[in-house]
Amino acid sequence: MNWLEAILAILVNPIFYQLTLLAATPLIFASLGGVFSEITGVVNIALEGIMLMAAFNSVVFTYLTGNAWFGVLMAVIIGVGFTWFHAWASIRWAANQIVSAAALIIIAQGVTGFLMIPIFGHPGQTDFIGRVSPVRLEFIREVPFVGRIFGSLSPFVYMAFIAVAVTWILLYRTPLGLRMRAVGENPEAADTLGISVRKIRYFGVLMSGAMASLAGAFLSTGELGRFIEMMTHGRGFIALAAMIIGNWNPVGALGASLLFGASEAMNLQLQSSTIITVSANVKPLFNVIPFIVTLVVVGGFVGKTRPPAASGVPYEKESKN
Amino acid sequence: MAPGTAESEAAPGKDHAIVMKAITKQFPGVLANDHVDFFVKRGEIHALVGENGAGKSTLVNQLYGFHLPDDGKIFINGEEVFFRSPKDAIRKNIGMVHQHFMLVDNQTVTENVILGSEINLPVLKGFLDRKKARNTLVSLSKQYGLVVNPDAFIEDIPVGMQQRVEIIKTLYRGADILIFDEPTAVLTPQETEELFKVMRLLKEGGKTIVFITHKLNEVMAITDRVTVMRLGKVTGRVDTKDTNPRQLANMMVGREVLLRVEKKEHEPGDLLLEVNKLSVHDNRGLQAVKDVSLSVKEGEIVGIAGVAGNGQSELVEAITGLRKVGSGKIRMSGVDITDLSTWEIREIGLNHVPEDRLKRGLITKYPVYFNSILGKHKDEPFSKDGFLMLKNIRDYAKDLVERYDVRPRNINQLGGNLSGGNQQKLIVARELDDKPRPSRCVVVAQPTRGLDIGAIEFIHKTLISMRDQGIGILLVSMELDEIFSLSDRIIVIYEGEIMGEVKPDEITKEEVGLMMAGQRKAEEAVKWSDER
Repeated sequence: MNWLEAILAILVNPIFYQLTLLAATPLIFASLGGVFSEITGVVNIALEGIMLMAAFNSVVFTYLTGNAWFGVLMAVIIGVGFTWFHAWASIRWAANQIVSAAALIIIAQGVTGFLMIPIFGHPGQTDFIGRVSPVRLEFIREVPFVGRIFGSLSPFVYMAFIAVAVTWILLYRTPLGLRMRAVGENPEAADTLGISVRKIRYFGVLMSGAMASLAGAFLSTGELGRFIEMMTHGRGFIALAAMIIGNWNPVGALGASLLFGASEAMNLQLQSSTIITVSANVKPLFNVIPFIVTLVVVGGFVGKTRPPAASGVPYEKESKN
Repeated sequence: MAPGTAESEAAPGKDHAIVMKAITKQFPGVLANDHVDFFVKRGEIHALVGENGAGKSTLVNQLYGFHLPDDGKIFINGEEVFFRSPKDAIRKNIGMVHQHFMLVDNQTVTENVILGSEINLPVLKGFLDRKKARNTLVSLSKQYGLVVNPDAFIEDIPVGMQQRVEIIKTLYRGADILIFDEPTAVLTPQETEELFKVMRLLKEGGKTIVFITHKLNEVMAITDRVTVMRLGKVTGRVDTKDTNPRQLANMMVGREVLLRVEKKEHEPGDLLLEVNKLSVHDNRGLQAVKDVSLSVKEGEIVGIAGVAGNGQSELVEAITGLRKVGSGKIRMSGVDITDLSTWEIREIGLNHVPEDRLKRGLITKYPVYFNSILGKHKDEPFSKDGFLMLKNIRDYAKDLVERYDVRPRNINQLGGNLSGGNQQKLIVARELDDKPRPSRCVVVAQPTRGLDIGAIEFIHKTLISMRDQGIGILLVSMELDEIFSLSDRIIVIYEGEIMGEVKPDEITKEEVGLMMAGQRKAEEAVKWSDER
């Protein structure tokens, strides 16, 4: 019963919960990005690419200016510009949304890899460049257990939760949100009421780019303080799964992201657990835990969720009827 | 020129809500509106009638800002307007009740009504004032007798209520001119009556109504004046009290039309199709067809009347082998065909004119000649030793389009490029034609949905002549008129159960309408409870 013992030991350790929050943060941002885009009817599988681009850019601008927050800001601005290509192709030209998003992923992988040498002088990963300093809550640090979780956390974690609340209010309590949801469900209906499907969709896709950029910036300047090639490591796709399991609802996406975050934390803690003895050759296998959780949960839940009806369908005014 | 045009339209001016002058709109390959003049007086109900492709929708789409006219002028209440988008039309108090409802399924009635014209909170600008929106909606709904549930989701409410939501949407935006685009196509006779009540109330309230329809008895029932269009031009303009359905039909089609098909007394022969205590589940696993028994004999048309979504589709799919049968038996000429494959069922001589012609009737990207042998493609002479015999196929297709008047006569045309009427003619031709193997019984679903008077007349004549040749036809239609004029026996279905069987000449449409709404025929009810 070593395994059960190991898992129990992990569950009573506050580190597990802190790791869960940290692992969930990029997923929360990125899945909100997915929600923003798909709720207006544009599928954005490019989250992975936008994240990678932002992770790289925030390190580059932190390196150039020495200010990590400035790096994050630039990552978001460039990320939105980068996402604009996807918006433009899929809205203006009614292109296949999978193809144009896939192109962004490949471009991001190519560009970040290529620019490593001219900027940092070597491929692979950068040195420690600098990171956004954590928020220290002294009064909580004294509290047992909880203090170990929340005493010192990256501000991105708090921003992620705030972003969930803001997104929910925007979507369900404002006219703009009502229009976004209408455009993703029945763009023709919105059009007949004088709502610009094009503008709403641009807004959704570009917001998606901003959110995915925050996710990417967190991975580098928010957490590690350095950029590693391919460091997003499939999180953009897990975020899409979180969006689906969360039924395209920001709060649902938060819940699903926390679940995936927990499975990632469990993976990390199991690998470093001293209770179980597993050969070092086998341990990397634990890395697949988050993906297996994805498969199982998506397989079990996906039939019960309901995507926006017009998601992935380009809107073109019929020329004749 | 057709009668009616001579009526003096002297200088349409202040008492006209809508004046459209010399409107011309060209689409690639079609002149959809050719110098169309359309005048509607304030406070009247004005019918705009015409066949499909006559240009009615194009005309009102320009009135609603959906399309820009190439040429011509539009005046609203005497003031010239240029609409670039529906927003401009809404600003001029024009509202449209679309044929295909423009509703967002997963939002509530209230959300749908306010969409695009939301009310903001007084203090927190940029946030929805949901309470005020709901109150506005409730008061509008009371004022015009438009009963809706403001908090229900669109996907959960019936079609009639969805339409009322569409009407409230226009009123909420302050519409004085309401355009109804074929509003009765989806309604039961009772719901149509309800709608007409609302329309009269709106008229009393000073609203101007443009009512687009195919159905001439509705024109006679509710409108004040009529404008008739054909092939992009106005062919008639008359006061309703001075005209009759026959005259209107002639103006629409440009020739004499039979509004009611002539048919001989029917002489039913041997039993063909026999359905016994059939139960079928729908896609969600709910029981859609409950304990249905019916039969079709040689040389008769059995009509199934019912509001859309009461199990007709599932019944048809079960009979034709497209859906698994839950319980019960289906026989064709005594042979058990329950859960046989569609291919086997067709080989026995039971064919199918499906309700969705684009999805199941045709392959839109195939030319007419392949479409004309679908389902017969393995039979000689169309195929031999596993190869298609193109020459035989093409010869057959040429013959078929000639005999069934499919236009154009070009067999290389893609199925998807034919007009709806000609697609349907082609499908009916294929399913009813006795080559290469005889068709003995046909399940025909919604044969004239969306078709115009001319095409409907042709399809109806064809069905009747096939019946006279001894083919048994099971006809499923939402059009009560069609059921009445074609059927020898009528079976009414409601929520998957048979409400009763009647003869068209022994019952009124109103009585059938009540049965369609779930009222069991009196003596049937007794019999039914006895059986239990």
